[in-house]
Amino acid sequence: MKLQVTGSDLINRIKNKWWFFVLLIAAVLIIFVPLPQAQAAAVDRHLRIEASMYQFTPGVIKVNRGDKITLDLVSMDVVHGLSVDGYDFELIADPGQTQTAAFIAEKTGVFRFRCSVACGNLHPFMIGKLQVGPNLMFIRAMLLGLLAMAAAFWSLRKPFPNLKEVNH
Amino acid sequence: MNRIDLTRFPTTNLLLRSRWPQFLIRAITLAGFVFTILAGLFGSVVGSHNFAIIFVWIAWWSALKLFFIPFGGRSWCSICPIPMPGEWMQKRGVFSPTGKGFGLGKRWPKKLRGNWLQAGGFLLIGLFGAVTLTSAKVTAIILFFIIALAFILSLIFERRSFCNYLCPIGGFTGLYAQAGPVEVRVKDKQVCAEHSEKTCYTACPWGQYPLALKSSADCGLCMECLRVCPSDNIAVNLRPWGSDLGQNTKHNPGEVFLGLVMLASVLVDSVVFLGPWGQLKTAAYEVGSLPWLIFAGVFLVVSLGVLPGLYSAAMWGAVRLGSAKTTFRKTLSKYGQVLVPLGLMAWIAFTVSFAFVKFSYVLPVISDPFGWGWNLIGMSGTASIGQSTSWSGWIQILLLVIGLFWASRVTQQISESKRQALPIIAFSGVFTVSMLWLLIG
Ligand code: SF4
Ligand SMILES: [Cu+2]
Repeated sequence: MKLQVTGSDLINRIKNKWWFFVLLIAAVLIIFVPLPQAQAAAVDRHLRIEASMYQFTPGVIKVNRGDKITLDLVSMDVVHGLSVDGYDFELIADPGQTQTAAFIAEKTGVFRFRCSVACGNLHPFMIGKLQVGPNLMFIRAMLLGLLAMAAAFWSLRKPFPNLKEVNH
Repeated sequence: MNRIDLTRFPTTNLLLRSRWPQFLIRAITLAGFVFTILAGLFGSVVGSHNFAIIFVWIAWWSALKLFFIPFGGRSWCSICPIPMPGEWMQKRGVFSPTGKGFGLGKRWPKKLRGNWLQAGGFLLIGLFGAVTLTSAKVTAIILFFIIALAFILSLIFERRSFCNYLCPIGGFTGLYAQAGPVEVRVKDKQVCAEHSEKTCYTACPWGQYPLALKSSADCGLCMECLRVCPSDNIAVNLRPWGSDLGQNTKHNPGEVFLGLVMLASVLVDSVVFLGPWGQLKTAAYEVGSLPWLIFAGVFLVVSLGVLPGLYSAAMWGAVRLGSAKTTFRKTLSKYGQVLVPLGLMAWIAFTVSFAFVKFSYVLPVISDPFGWGWNLIGMSGTASIGQSTSWSGWIQILLLVIGLFWASRVTQQISESKRQALPIIAFSGVFTVSMLWLLIG
């Protein structure tokens, strides 16, 4: 699909150009090569998150891999929940109440957490962000972006064939 | 160049040429449209339990970006119910070709031509997005307003003036259809040149003359030209993606503006609906309040100031790095087409991020469209919270990166030199990084 996307001229080029394979290998490397990450010692963290219509405060949490997270979910108005994408973790707090539970942050990356109890109009958009360790996916994505720009830049070596006709 | 003409195959030819298949589909979409309005007006006020919200904003809006446009260009417009009632009046019949019917048939005022009003409509949708996206009543009222407006305008103005100059969806699909893999073109130019009657032009609801079609932006794939051409000289081609982009394409300032508004909208929607900033959501929702005014102000500054500013800066760079003849105005329009692949892929990535999580809402509202406790297909109450997975994250990254590659390539193709392309590629890069950060950062 990627090939057709960029037009038929590219398909012809692939037949006799090696650069495409270099590109592919570079992309695969960027996606899969393990990046070194400084491993901070795991600690116990006690966090308090306030839920109100329609936000979590704080909305962004950063922890290290392996940390034991104890969460206090406090509801400021109506019943709210907190469920973390990719983690099997959910808390539900009644108005004015605090609910507490703990989990180990063993998966790295960025995970959204969402309100899990319908709490009003904007409930589907009540979202927070949990970052465990460095966001390697974003770093890889940026590298892929750079690769894409470089590839586009070098893939057309000469100016496009009919360009002269158009300009003169 | 490698086109597959669908009129060459008996089955597809019959399906496209006969008025019946299209009519049947449009009858269904029209019924669905009316039903959506009813569900919105009389159904549950809880958005996620109302057919109108889920169908318009999750099912249809996603299908448009994931299916209709990438695989069919403006194909949605060929089955769109909105202009149907007006067209029946204009044609005085359901199946008759364009001819003498009701309506004044005035020409659309020159001053209001171009994509400016469509872009404005899209901005309005964005400004009130948090309300329309969550209130079934508002969604229903907007749908009713749109179909009523299309009907009234079709009685005053000729052909599909509403579609051509007002419909925000038409602006969206038209812009991105240029990257789509379908086109209507003439088979043999000579045949057209010798045919003085121009039956196709008379019949075209969109006011297009197929021989002159250079881009698919304004062709609604209605197939009327195919049906009336006495020489069977119209082809419906499958073509490589992005065929309308290249050095022979000329964009006008209106299209550039539309392209920039679309970029701004996808950024702002990502910030508001996918970001962890709760106060912003409330601000966007409370129309008329002070926070909303601030939100609206920021939205307008981004879409009318910051993005056009960055784009202009890139253009200024390109003018400096180009030959002496390049003028700022020409450059501005010329590079407008770069915004097509860039925006299209960003919207698709946004849709993957947003709609996949919410997809579990779709079947339950078919089961219980009004939220009245029905259980038609036994799926009521099965909606889950939904979550995004790292798979969807990687798909979004690939889509955005392909968009950046594609936009950079188009930039290269239309630039005089590699050097001249650099500022525009940088612009695309900055936009893509912002999207990446919002979606997976
Ligand atoms: S331009 Fe708008 S109203 Fe017209 S056919 Fe397309 S989507 Fe429907
Ligand atoms: Cu909530």
